[in-house]
Amino acid sequence: MDQLVFIVLSILTIGGALVVVLTPNPIYSVLFLVLTFFGIAGHYAFILNAPFLAIANVIVYAGAIMVLFLFVIMLLNLNKRDNFRSPFIIKIFGIVCAALFVLSLLGAVSGMQTSELPEKYAMANIGTVQVLGKVLFNDFTLPFEICSVLFLSAMIGVIMLGKKNRKEH
Amino acid sequence: MITFFDNLSGTLNNYIVLCSILFAIGVMGVLIRRNIIIIFMSIELMLNSINLLLVAFSVNHADPTGQVFVFFIMAVAAAEITVGLSILVLVYRNTGSVNVNELKKLKW
Repeated sequence: MDQLVFIVLSILTIGGALVVVLTPNPIYSVLFLVLTFFGIAGHYAFILNAPFLAIANVIVYAGAIMVLFLFVIMLLNLNKRDNFRSPFIIKIFGIVCAALFVLSLLGAVSGMQTSELPEKYAMANIGTVQVLGKVLFNDFTLPFEICSVLFLSAMIGVIMLGKKNRKEH
Repeated sequence: MITFFDNLSGTLNNYIVLCSILFAIGVMGVLIRRNIIIIFMSIELMLNSINLLLVAFSVNHADPTGQVFVFFIMAVAAAEITVGLSILVLVYRNTGSVNVNELKKLKW
């Protein structure tokens, strides 16, 4: 049963990712990227037992980032086929490079031994909001606050970049 | 869902394969596409594959720190993508195109 869920979610994820990369229309790319992110959120929720990250993934990626992408595509009027495709030889090289990359990664991890952990069965609830909140606000308080400063600087930077007719300085 | 943990190490191998394939699809997208928006999306794909692998290892080791790291990666990725898209809008304003080949002034 779990194997079946894994296979279905994996086909969804990899198929969506392939369409993102291969389709010529950016709108279809964004929509299939949403499908891919939902597949990954399904992995978090149904198999890896991490409901907090599943919800955060849907909110952050399928919500905020996708709205940004669609907004930029709408703003720049890019909802048509791009006519600056790479030459055929570049595509062949790219696909060969990706295949070799997969082969080298899998070859590197194929001899890996995964250690048997004694507390293997006590992990059923490590992905819940309670556990993650405790870890986040006990051990990672300073990085959490630095994240808020990062967001503030990103916001100010975007506003500065987006302003038209900036004065020369 | 609890019965799943009986064969978790086998599933960890499954996740290593899945995340490698996803990461390679992202690399392929960066290599074969010339549209800056698609290149951004490929970068997001790579970030998400790494997130998935981090969560898989975190569950396998029963350590919630990996999931907190995924949370921070999501936050930094959101900030990165907003700044990147605004730079993209500026590039489009200046060159009138989102072709990455227009930006080769620094190329030797």
